[in-house]
Amino acid sequence: MGLAPRPDATSVSFDPPSQEGWITTRLDMLVNWGRAGSLWPMPFGTACCAIEFMASAASRFDLARFGMERMSFSPRQADVLICAGRVPFKLAPVIRRIYQQMPQPKWVISMGACASSGGMFDNYAVVQGIDTIIPVDVYVPGCPPRPEGLMYGIMMLQEKVKRERMSDTTLRDEMEPDPSSNLYIRPSLIDEISEPFGNSVHQTRSGL
Amino acid sequence: MSETFAVIHAGHAAPGSSAPATQRKVAHRGGARNPSAERIAERFAHYFVRAEVIWGDTNVYLKPEGVLEVVRYLHDDAAEQYDYLVDVTAVEYRDLELPVEMVWHLRSIPYRRFVRLKSPLPKGQPLRVPSVWPVYMSADWLERECYDMFGIVFEGHPDLRRILMWEQYKEGYPLRKDFPLRGRFSRAEQLRQALTQNPEAKYSMEELSIADAFEDLPRDMRQRLAGGERTGE
Repeated sequence: MGLAPRPDATSVSFDPPSQEGWITTRLDMLVNWGRAGSLWPMPFGTACCAIEFMASAASRFDLARFGMERMSFSPRQADVLICAGRVPFKLAPVIRRIYQQMPQPKWVISMGACASSGGMFDNYAVVQGIDTIIPVDVYVPGCPPRPEGLMYGIMMLQEKVKRERMSDTTLRDEMEPDPSSNLYIRPSLIDEISEPFGNSVHQTRSGL
Repeated sequence: MSETFAVIHAGHAAPGSSAPATQRKVAHRGGARNPSAERIAERFAHYFVRAEVIWGDTNVYLKPEGVLEVVRYLHDDAAEQYDYLVDVTAVEYRDLELPVEMVWHLRSIPYRRFVRLKSPLPKGQPLRVPSVWPVYMSADWLERECYDMFGIVFEGHPDLRRILMWEQYKEGYPLRKDFPLRGRFSRAEQLRQALTQNPEAKYSMEELSIADAFEDLPRDMRQRLAGGERTGE
């Protein structure tokens, strides 16, 4: 209801004009089926979204149905980084390091308004969206999102995983941050998207 | 074992005991004054400014230079026994003239007393106040937070550095009224500076627990710390 229909990711179409062979597409399907069905999350919970995430993992909503019951608290055995909650600037290098320590293939779910955009915390201490630090695959809106919302995001990620093709050579490229600024997105763009109301320097509201 | 369990309702004394019940209908100003305020006024007349009772709590205003002496008296004297430092914080008013106020909350558990010490620090000069760490070691992190957020320097504090913001934070003191809500730098610059921290080199040799466990640390961390890296941030 209200959502645009998405192409069916469970069926792989054989496209003779493309370079992919029948065997490759079938193998893709098998590998992607295996990956999508056993995503191991690395929970990065910093705020109330983490409570909803715990509820999703508990028996009523039961993430185990998605093959995700094994929370990986070591990034080296994780597939999905689920960032649940606001990320202060002090944690920015930590989440960047955790992302870099995860082996490929890896995906990121940004759970909740604060992780996706800074949410209501438009202040000096909070990162305005973790996509300014690490690449994000799925954004789950909500403050915090209910477990159903997170599961919808997880299912979207599963469909994204199922659509991956081995013939795509750029799929597993690690993004290299810009060496001068250490950012993935160029600084002017970050300023543009994170400051809809003008330069922060002019945001003094105390009248002093 | 045959004694029945008596329910003690909030705001009431235990049945049969003479413990004071929680006061109701507290006046905004006036009321019973904490007897410690009178004794501070007598003993430390040269530091004492004034005392008032607000919402049943006694505020004692002191000159900043005498705070440590008064706090030591309150802690050590047998008739006071303020053995619990509840909080150390500061208040800045949205006014160019009014001074920044340092606030100490002290509680005497044996005598069931509470006193709030306040000390004005005039604006336009360095904000300096003696640390109460020699009396209450729990003031360590409270004063570090106060320094981090307001820039108040606590003289005599053993390790005065930022605690909430990272140590290389260059934008100033976030809870000051002249600090813009979003910080002074642009978002990209804030992010760039935050990302230059090394999250793995978090611990310094000054932290005793690490020095004790030095031999058990991973080799790269040992090399880093042995090289004289102090804080790593």
